[in-house]
Amino acid sequence: MGTLTRAVGQAHARLDGPDKVRGAARYSVEYPVENVAYAWPVPSTVVKGRITRVDTRAALAEPGVLAVLSYENAPRLTPAGDPELFVLQEPAVAYRGQIVALAVAGSLEAAREAAGLVRLEYDTWPHDTVLTENHPGLYQPSHVNPSLPTDTEIGNFDAGYAAAPVRVDATYRTPAEHNNPMEPHASTVQWQGDRLVVHDANQGPGQVQAGLATLFGLPPERVRVITEHVGGGFGCKTMRCCVVLAALAARHVDRPVRLALTRQQMFGVVGYRTPTIQRIRLGADPTGRLTASCHDAISQSSMLKEFAEQTAVYGRPLYAAPHRRTTHRLARLDVPSPAWMRAPGQCPGSFAVESAMDELAVTCGVDPVELRIRNEPATDPEEGTPYSSRNLVACLREGAHRFGWADRDRTPAVRRAGRCLLGTGVAGSIYPARSLVSSASAYAGPDGAFLVQINAVDIGTGARTALWQIAADELGVPPDRVMIRVGDTGLPEASLAGGSTGTASWGWAVAKVCREIRVQIDDVHGGSVPAGGVHAQVDTTADIQAQQTFSRYAFGAQFAEVRVDVDTGEVRVDRLLGVFAAGRIVNALTARSQLIGGMTMGMSMALLEEGLWDPRSGDWANHDLATYHVAGCADIEQIEAYWLDEDDPHLNPAGVKGIGEIGIVGTAAAITNAVYHATGVRVRDLPVRLDRLLGHRA
Amino acid sequence: MTDVAAGAAAARGGLPDRDLRSRVAVRVNDDVRQLDLDNRTTLLDALREQVGLTGTKKGCDHGQCGACTVLLDGRRVQSCLVLAVTLDGAEVVTVEDLAPAGDLHPLQSRFLERDAYQCGYCTPGQLCSATGMLAEARRGWPSAVTTDLVADRTALTDAEIRERMSGNLCRCAAYPNIVAAIRDVAAAGGAA
Amino acid sequence: MRAFRYHRPRDIAEAVAVVAAEPDATYLGGGTNLVDLMKLGVARPGLLVDVTRLPLDTIGTLPDGGLRIGATVRNSDLAADLTVRRDFPMLARALLAGASGQLRNMATVGGNLLQRTRCLYFQDVTKPCNKREPGAGCAAREGQHRDLAILGTSDACVATHPSDLAVALAALDAVVEVQEPAGPRDIPLAELLRLPGDEPDRETTMVRGGLVTAVRVPPLPYARVSTYRKARDRASFAFAAGSVAAAVGLDDGTVRDVRLAFGAVAHRPWRAYVAEDALRGQPATPESFGRAADAELAAAQPLRDNGFKVPLVRNLTVATLTDLVDSHRRAAAWVP
Repeated sequence: MGTLTRAVGQAHARLDGPDKVRGAARYSVEYPVENVAYAWPVPSTVVKGRITRVDTRAALAEPGVLAVLSYENAPRLTPAGDPELFVLQEPAVAYRGQIVALAVAGSLEAAREAAGLVRLEYDTWPHDTVLTENHPGLYQPSHVNPSLPTDTEIGNFDAGYAAAPVRVDATYRTPAEHNNPMEPHASTVQWQGDRLVVHDANQGPGQVQAGLATLFGLPPERVRVITEHVGGGFGCKTMRCCVVLAALAARHVDRPVRLALTRQQMFGVVGYRTPTIQRIRLGADPTGRLTASCHDAISQSSMLKEFAEQTAVYGRPLYAAPHRRTTHRLARLDVPSPAWMRAPGQCPGSFAVESAMDELAVTCGVDPVELRIRNEPATDPEEGTPYSSRNLVACLREGAHRFGWADRDRTPAVRRAGRCLLGTGVAGSIYPARSLVSSASAYAGPDGAFLVQINAVDIGTGARTALWQIAADELGVPPDRVMIRVGDTGLPEASLAGGSTGTASWGWAVAKVCREIRVQIDDVHGGSVPAGGVHAQVDTTADIQAQQTFSRYAFGAQFAEVRVDVDTGEVRVDRLLGVFAAGRIVNALTARSQLIGGMTMGMSMALLEEGLWDPRSGDWANHDLATYHVAGCADIEQIEAYWLDEDDPHLNPAGVKGIGEIGIVGTAAAITNAVYHATGVRVRDLPVRLDRLLGHRA
Repeated sequence: MTDVAAGAAAARGGLPDRDLRSRVAVRVNDDVRQLDLDNRTTLLDALREQVGLTGTKKGCDHGQCGACTVLLDGRRVQSCLVLAVTLDGAEVVTVEDLAPAGDLHPLQSRFLERDAYQCGYCTPGQLCSATGMLAEARRGWPSAVTTDLVADRTALTDAEIRERMSGNLCRCAAYPNIVAAIRDVAAAGGAA
Repeated sequence: MRAFRYHRPRDIAEAVAVVAAEPDATYLGGGTNLVDLMKLGVARPGLLVDVTRLPLDTIGTLPDGGLRIGATVRNSDLAADLTVRRDFPMLARALLAGASGQLRNMATVGGNLLQRTRCLYFQDVTKPCNKREPGAGCAAREGQHRDLAILGTSDACVATHPSDLAVALAALDAVVEVQEPAGPRDIPLAELLRLPGDEPDRETTMVRGGLVTAVRVPPLPYARVSTYRKARDRASFAFAAGSVAAAVGLDDGTVRDVRLAFGAVAHRPWRAYVAEDALRGQPATPESFGRAADAELAAAQPLRDNGFKVPLVRNLTVATLTDLVDSHRRAAAWVP
């Protein structure tokens, strides 16, 4: 039949695209449901306390209101591990914004008004909500996320640092940042007898199914979670209270219920990136070769649970230095629970490390690209293991070439264009490449069509399309003969969408099941599909257990060019350029989008994003998109993402490392390094903000 | 004063004022809909919860993200801040009606080709906004980045498109692809 | 959002009578501010009187060369008006710097002027605010107030007026035509909006039921070279960290007359009369501009985190006026 063009590597438009541009793709509160009711959460207005009275009279008097749920009357739940899911069960309040009641009504309008009319009285206690480097409650958690050592030490940092002729010692701060996917957390829940049918916006339908099953005491097979389309997640759509609240309401009023969190409520209950305080100490010889490095990271968690951001993990496998230490300390405060946000740990960690590397380059008078190349290790400097592939240097060189880095004058604050100062900056980046256990099924029909099924979820990453491309190649057929289904717990179980593991993990299961189908067709059925079709299902447990020991990471190099208005301190990014080494790129079109999207979120982090904490009220002072700024269309001028052809045989059958997060890692530092180059001002506290530059006119 | 007093009396005598609900006739995508509304209902919620057109998205519900953008009497507006009760006789076009059924508007085609979206949630708002924006540009409206305010026409450079589309947030940050898609359509003479 | 009645008046008189008679009635214009505040529970009207279909949507040129702008003219239409663009560019620039294309299509001129001041705490009904609840206290003074006022503040309130348009109108000596229950009245824009004092809940000098029907902009030939400059962290679709509306009339190298107003620094657009007085007759140089700005800003009383607005507005003033002087020179050098 001629040579088949491989689908992997091509720029295929998204399978879900036509529905999305027509407005026909249904998100979780958009499915037609008869007799649906609407739930509206009531957040606590105290920080630390106990509800003493729930007065629902005014709320229930609002026409159309069906019920008000609180700990007094909500259906009982069984704890499911995460205390954030154990909602409306107890009078205790652990943070301001925690959901303490739920109004349910026949219309959105009535539900909103009723929620505002619920009167709660509390006993309250003094609260402690501000993270500082000297907080008396700082402690050493037993491990950091996901299950990594809290502290590490190789060699003798103190001695190495003391002996170093060149030293950098700087403290960097990143603020709380909020994920803010465009679609809020949203659920439609229907109890059908003792079965629970859920449409929910999440990053892991299987996780939601398991969580609901435990909470409501149901066998998992009686909970079906459908997650066809998700309007972004960036980490905050692992299982959250929204779906639990909707299920409680639906059971209580015996009607299907829709619940979408408001944007304001999302700031309280869906998690955020913890603020960090990071001290970096680097010791080096005069040529910039590191002899000692130490990264001490402080972050916060809530009183409800320990969430230990893995901030200082970033540098462990990155740059060579014989003497090295990393530590994490955590303070449990009366604050909302922090959670996952795009490149957790690595992203804030990279800001500190890549800024400090720039400071070292300045101190040593070494080009910052060259400085990083000089500190390239042969093997993982903490694990001692070989890298499955490591192309940081190639990314730096390729990026420097494309960016036009070679002629760069290192002197800060000397380039002007009109009333603006110009500067350029660079940062390295690294992100783990992991594969998790998943399963998948495939069916070959006698008509030559194939159906591949896996409970993966496409939160906008393009996973659906990438898996379809992988399947077509493994089946050896044109992609138009393959149909793929994802996002339903009725399909074979798969890992959740997070940590840039999706395509690696799901692609492994998909590749494996497609190979299995081919084997059956070729070896069992003599090359043709029998009338009854051929079916196969696999999982990758054994494959993943059999993986050899390697340090597996994606790498990148980020370059930025900024201009800073000397009159106003306004910073604009003229140009962002990233080069990445991330294994095989499955879809050139969607991969570029994802990398650019990550870089843009990194730019947004560098310049705009900041959860403003109000210590007196123990609450975010800003909690909407007018006061928590994310990058808009006008902020992105020229942005380019490139990747190296990387054939790494030690990853997974698809040969991918994952690209969802590497784009954000390092970007903020590239920009603040460029701001330094432009202005001579080293911004160590994010975001840069015009007022932080205004006092330092050149 | 007499006019004022008479006006007040007339107003207090008017029945609609006593009601918390209203009936309005709104043309939505070429169908005239008779809506029986809670006065509080926004155009966005009326579309999504009553008319059954869920293409228009709710991202913030406070006019801060642009996901709910529709065309109202030919202009792009944020439907989350429009009270539906005000719309008697108005004409609304949503993403579902940018092109005839089964067809794609040039902007929709270019969005697909340029991958001008990821999660797709802001996309309907981007498309409606771009449609309205191209019409504004054709009328010669300037923007904040237009150098010559009195020029009859302003070329839709990338900087112009970026500024004019800045009311539509995209957290996936498909912005450069959105700009490219719109640039393609603008270069082809815009889309009617 | 509280349930409300809805009324569409036949004419201005009826509109004013209805709102004057009902303590919890309010006017609905473009809705971009009011509907937002109603959803937040900050505004809880029981009756909305929709004035958007009243015949107040035209822009006219007055015999003296000034403008008369109907109150329900949409911001986008005003920004697109050729006379505005030619004769009052600072007005067009201010409008175009505000909000987004969608919001400008909705927002009316009257509503823009009468939008409520902004403060993180005013917009959050769970936190104390003297404006929302007189006597409750001001959470912003000790809280997050980077965006708030440095001029004309009071112990009770440090909120800022968010309008860009109003800053330009203040610089242009605009007069607001108001219909009140007692009849029509002209109020200079500078007097329409109040400083907070000890009554921050009162934002205008209109009596209850007052309706803005039009805004008159007197002629100002040298405003043909005028501009509005807005500084902000996000490149677009963001409120100002600080802004300046400016026009300058020159005699050779001397300032004959000047108009200067600041945005995002006070509870109302801040007309910089002190700076204007200091500049008339002075050489049109950056040094003069800086001294004039310093004189105006000497009254600033910054809070913990918003002191940057003093150098920001000073720098904006100097840069903007310097640019205008350059524009005048280029215009003078241009020979057809």
